[in-house]
Amino acid sequence: MRRFARLFAALDRSRRAREQEAALAAYFRSAPPEDAAWAACLLLGRKPRRAVPTARLRRFAAGAAGIPDWLFEACYEQVGDLAETITLLLPDGGGLEEVPLHVWLERLLPALRGLPEERQRAGVLEAWRGLDRTARLLWNKLVTGGFRVGVSQRKVIRALARLSGLEEGLLGRRLMGGWNPSAEAWRRLLQPADADADAGRPYPFCLAHPLDLPPEALGDPAAWLVEWKWDGIRAQIVRREGEVHLWSRGEGGISAAFPEIRAAAGRLPEGCVLDGEILAWGGERPLDFGLLQRRLGRRNPGGRLLAEIPVVWVGYDLLEQDGCDRRSLPLAARREALEKRLAAAPDPRLRLSPALRVTGWDEVRRLRGEARRRGAEGLVLKRRDSPYAVGRRRGLWYKWKADPYRVDAVLTYARRGHGLRAGLYTDYTFSVWDGGELVPFARAYSGLDAAEIRAVDRFIRANARERFGPVQAVKPELVFEIAFEDIRRSARHKSGVAVRFPRIARLRRDKPAEEADTVETLRALIAQKENTP
Amino acid sequence: MLPPWLQVTADGLFCPPAGVHIDPRRPVARAVVSHAHADHARPGCGGYLATPETARLLRLRLGQAVSVQELSWGEPLVLGGVRLSFHPSGHIRGAAQVRLERAGEVWVVTGDVKTAPDPTCLPYEPVRGHGLVLESTFALPVFRWPDPATVIADLLAWWRDNAEQGRPSLLFAYALGKSQRILASLPPDAGPVLLHGALEAPTAAYREGGVRLRPARRLAAAGAGEDLRGALVLAPPSAAGTPWMRRFAGAGRAFASGWMQIRGLRRRRALEAGFVLSDHADWPGLFEVIRQSGAPRVLLVHGFAAELARALREAGLAAEASPADPPREEDEAPP
Repeated sequence: MRRFARLFAALDRSRRAREQEAALAAYFRSAPPEDAAWAACLLLGRKPRRAVPTARLRRFAAGAAGIPDWLFEACYEQVGDLAETITLLLPDGGGLEEVPLHVWLERLLPALRGLPEERQRAGVLEAWRGLDRTARLLWNKLVTGGFRVGVSQRKVIRALARLSGLEEGLLGRRLMGGWNPSAEAWRRLLQPADADADAGRPYPFCLAHPLDLPPEALGDPAAWLVEWKWDGIRAQIVRREGEVHLWSRGEGGISAAFPEIRAAAGRLPEGCVLDGEILAWGGERPLDFGLLQRRLGRRNPGGRLLAEIPVVWVGYDLLEQDGCDRRSLPLAARREALEKRLAAAPDPRLRLSPALRVTGWDEVRRLRGEARRRGAEGLVLKRRDSPYAVGRRRGLWYKWKADPYRVDAVLTYARRGHGLRAGLYTDYTFSVWDGGELVPFARAYSGLDAAEIRAVDRFIRANARERFGPVQAVKPELVFEIAFEDIRRSARHKSGVAVRFPRIARLRRDKPAEEADTVETLRALIAQKENTP
Repeated sequence: MLPPWLQVTADGLFCPPAGVHIDPRRPVARAVVSHAHADHARPGCGGYLATPETARLLRLRLGQAVSVQELSWGEPLVLGGVRLSFHPSGHIRGAAQVRLERAGEVWVVTGDVKTAPDPTCLPYEPVRGHGLVLESTFALPVFRWPDPATVIADLLAWWRDNAEQGRPSLLFAYALGKSQRILASLPPDAGPVLLHGALEAPTAAYREGGVRLRPARRLAAAGAGEDLRGALVLAPPSAAGTPWMRRFAGAGRAFASGWMQIRGLRRRRALEAGFVLSDHADWPGLFEVIRQSGAPRVLLVHGFAAELARALREAGLAAEASPADPPREEDEAPP
């Protein structure tokens, strides 16, 4: 645990690639395999489940520090990170015992989960007593389920590649989804390439870079394949050794949630990997993403849910055919193979994402304007000669999102931020008018630059009204233009609508609060969306 | 809370019978200045009263023409029936607590106070009183300072590390007080140290006052092509983000401040190291000051005044946050 805590501290301290990689390499070389496996898992973004509710943890920490709960909350508000607040408040000492990382994660933390409060308190206090300051910070992050570290997946994989002498792509593949940390798994991860026998694994996803230039900068439009950018679950179908596996980018294995896609993919030939998107589908267009989420959350869904929310898989690419990796072929060739493959065994649940016919960039612009009406969130532009690369690489694939929806709303509540924004008010609630009342409709954190954040923070301090725990009511005066990607009806929100990916487009000092938008504006956006083909 | 002969006004703390403001925020006729930091010693006052060390720094900042009356440590001065004297607060060189006594009642205005050791100034000296006006810049229990010797050891290790990687070490520290404290704490043989222009005058003033500081060169005297790899460069925090930084594109960057106790504040500035070295009392230090003063009444100014006031009330003292709290500036503001 101490060794990994030191690595965590080193990664947190330095952003220099060389130093981070050196720290990773040193850790992986020296850690016992059963710990190294867990470390790799955590560094690649797996979060252990929360073992102790944070409300309890705060009480335990305030008690251990000998301070009242209100003072603990005042500290948390300033520090902006619960694990760190606790670490700073606990009495010095500790560091006497060393419990290995894997023992914490496999046995001790899970054993704490679900205990009655008093037994949990005893366990937590004992843990704190045994750990030194660096290890306490890490442990607190693990126990709250809030572990995150500022190191890219690529750096971790590069460090493992250097350690093992294996290719980064192969390691990436071996680490995709469903990797269970153990000494044995660690050994298998680093074993020579020809012994690779794990058949169900997908390839690392190739991602599109946001288009930040006018499309003309991409040169001849004929060199680019233009597709709709679908807002679903990016998923690979892996058909190998008589089995079908579905893998998503964020969630890992999702085979159990979409039995109809699996069944359809069972008719694909052996040794075939396809990349595409799962969408909730009705008539000839995608349904709301919220519906798809309901499907994603249910393993082995019953017949009623299957009928209520039908899904399809829309194909983008072919990565493997006849058991051979085709990723280095040009996209045009892979696409052609995909079309043939799907045509050979037609199934309404496996569709082809259409290649849009364009003659010039102006037409691409026009299509982008049409995207929302087609149920897409924009366009994806892919070089016809591009390989299927690992990760997000500039110059090969671009995503060009449709213009977001925009609404002018009033800042009404604020909370202090976390991490980098500790102590500053950076978490805002925005409201629109409903008659003479302001009703909250979105929370947003991003979109302002550092100087604007400071200015808004000053405004909030100077115009604070009542306080509800950490939530500060603010005099309704500042108007912001809020951008978001989608809007739908919601019974759970006071405004009656829910929006997707809200963020601040700009501060509108020119607009008085009375002129901000209304609930009717929002309803009109929904109506407009629903009334189009 | 305060006796009638001590008032919180828009200009700052005012003592009507003595006719003086203490650390006024605006120009007044007569200012008692606890120490020479800009947020405590404003320009434009008719006259200043300060310790001899502070007086010297004041003239440096406000010009030689400024009218400063010097009052030696512990020596009383009676103004309109109020007996006033200065006692070390341990904050920076010359920094004083102001003891005010009228008709047997004693109030102590701490100015900025530090209980940790500092080789560049007199150590904090407890002063007993019936009431205390205390700074609360770092008045939360998360602020507990590590031993300064450990912090300096960490700083040396960071500097050595950078030198081995062939890059300069750029350390931000407040120009007056913190920088000199660091210079006095670093071994003379640890490597070359260079000073940003803003640090030259206060550093010279400390040396002339007889404070032992390790040698350091003016950065301005180093040629444009001079190899700075392996050097430690001290600069004020205000230099960050200015064109001056161009010369240090690949440098290791760190900040020495009590605020570096909080990871988020360090990371927001994209610093790779933060050295928790403060010229203010930490949470236990503040309680130590209150206990040693024996004062049952405490008025809090700056920072987390409301929080400390509540904690003290819960501990049975009469405590309040000052109603007219000046905005935090200089070394009191989080970065």
